[in-house]
Amino acid sequence: MKAPSFAYAKPRSLEEAFPLLERPGARILAGGQSLIPALNMRLSAPQLLVDIGGLSRLRDISPQPGGLRIGALVTHAEIERSLDVQFHVPLLAAAAPHIAHPAIRNRGTLGGSLALADPAAEYPACALALNATMILQSRKAERRVSAATFFKGLFETDIRPGEILVAAEFRKVERSAFLELTRRHGDYAIVGLAGVADGSGKRIAFFSVDSKPVLAKHAAGAKSLEEAMKLLRQDLSPAADLYNTSATKLHLAGVLLSRAWNTLSKPH
Amino acid sequence: MEHALEATLTVNGTKVTRRIAPRMHLVDFLRDELGLTGSHIGCEHGVCGACTVRVNGEIVRGCLMLAVQADGCTVDTIEGLSDSQELSRLQKGFHEHNAFQCGFCTPAMLMAAQELVRQKKTFSREEIRVHISGNYCRCTGYQAIVDAIESVIGK
Repeated sequence: MKAPSFAYAKPRSLEEAFPLLERPGARILAGGQSLIPALNMRLSAPQLLVDIGGLSRLRDISPQPGGLRIGALVTHAEIERSLDVQFHVPLLAAAAPHIAHPAIRNRGTLGGSLALADPAAEYPACALALNATMILQSRKAERRVSAATFFKGLFETDIRPGEILVAAEFRKVERSAFLELTRRHGDYAIVGLAGVADGSGKRIAFFSVDSKPVLAKHAAGAKSLEEAMKLLRQDLSPAADLYNTSATKLHLAGVLLSRAWNTLSKPH
Repeated sequence: MEHALEATLTVNGTKVTRRIAPRMHLVDFLRDELGLTGSHIGCEHGVCGACTVRVNGEIVRGCLMLAVQADGCTVDTIEGLSDSQELSRLQKGFHEHNAFQCGFCTPAMLMAAQELVRQKKTFSREEIRVHISGNYCRCTGYQAIVDAIESVIGK
């Protein structure tokens, strides 16, 4: 199908972008790899698309003390290739190849994925596992929001009207595991796991199991895999989808947990 | 609310300036405005890959990019890469391995496969399959396509 009609504006700076966002029915267009299909299928009908693709300041990957700041417009392909990402946040580098297909990874962006908050998406779960900080910019102020409070529900985040997600900050964590089960490469995950471990313990997030990514707090604190598998039931109660029952999803989450456990448990 | 916007693109080496409605995606623009019908329209929501074109040297889904977003960009289509001979080895490989039946997916399949050929490395069959997983072929079962790509890469 064809998209309904809308107006289009491409600001050259953040300062130009904010007043555009205040217009009725305005929506941010980043890489467009989720928004444009939604337009084509007429699931979404904004009056104005504000294309932030020209804001080059949002394209930087910058190392900073203790981690990495990644601009919202950095693409999945850039994350996949970046040596800085592989060194500081290998979890993200491992997640990126699972996102759709090369032609989509060349356009889709980190910020777009985080701001959309698709429950089956890879980056929100990574952000939760790493407890990333989202940097939200408005005309007046900058707000920093932790991933734990940023993701509020199904396609719902803490972004307020007039705010743009400009970057996310990730702390450096070397030990990580990223796994997902799909029927075909590039499909949305049936169940996925994004986990990290450091001196303070493990943080394991699951995605495609609920309306937003879920931290498996009980399982992550377990002393053994056997105990973790039992405790996982307290952390997750996956909703069934068209093809998989709740019990299947819970079972598959356990399979991923068992595959990731050793990687996340090696002595430091 | 909708106003056509002027955009200038370099398509297969030729600069074109047109007024474009924002809602028009890149493949419709290439096909309907420029007559470049080698890029096909299948699903129009990013699943089938039939619309694969190159923008600024990287493959993208032509149905998931607005034509106005390509303002100032270099766009290469199957027509351009055929004429420049860039795809000739791959095209020969597809021909020799009978890697198409109806041919609908073939232009985009070539565009996607060329990304591997350009890297001048070898790839396993599994890696080839993963790479073209975003391009659907409803005829061949992929076996012959993978054979064809395998015969050309790394050489």
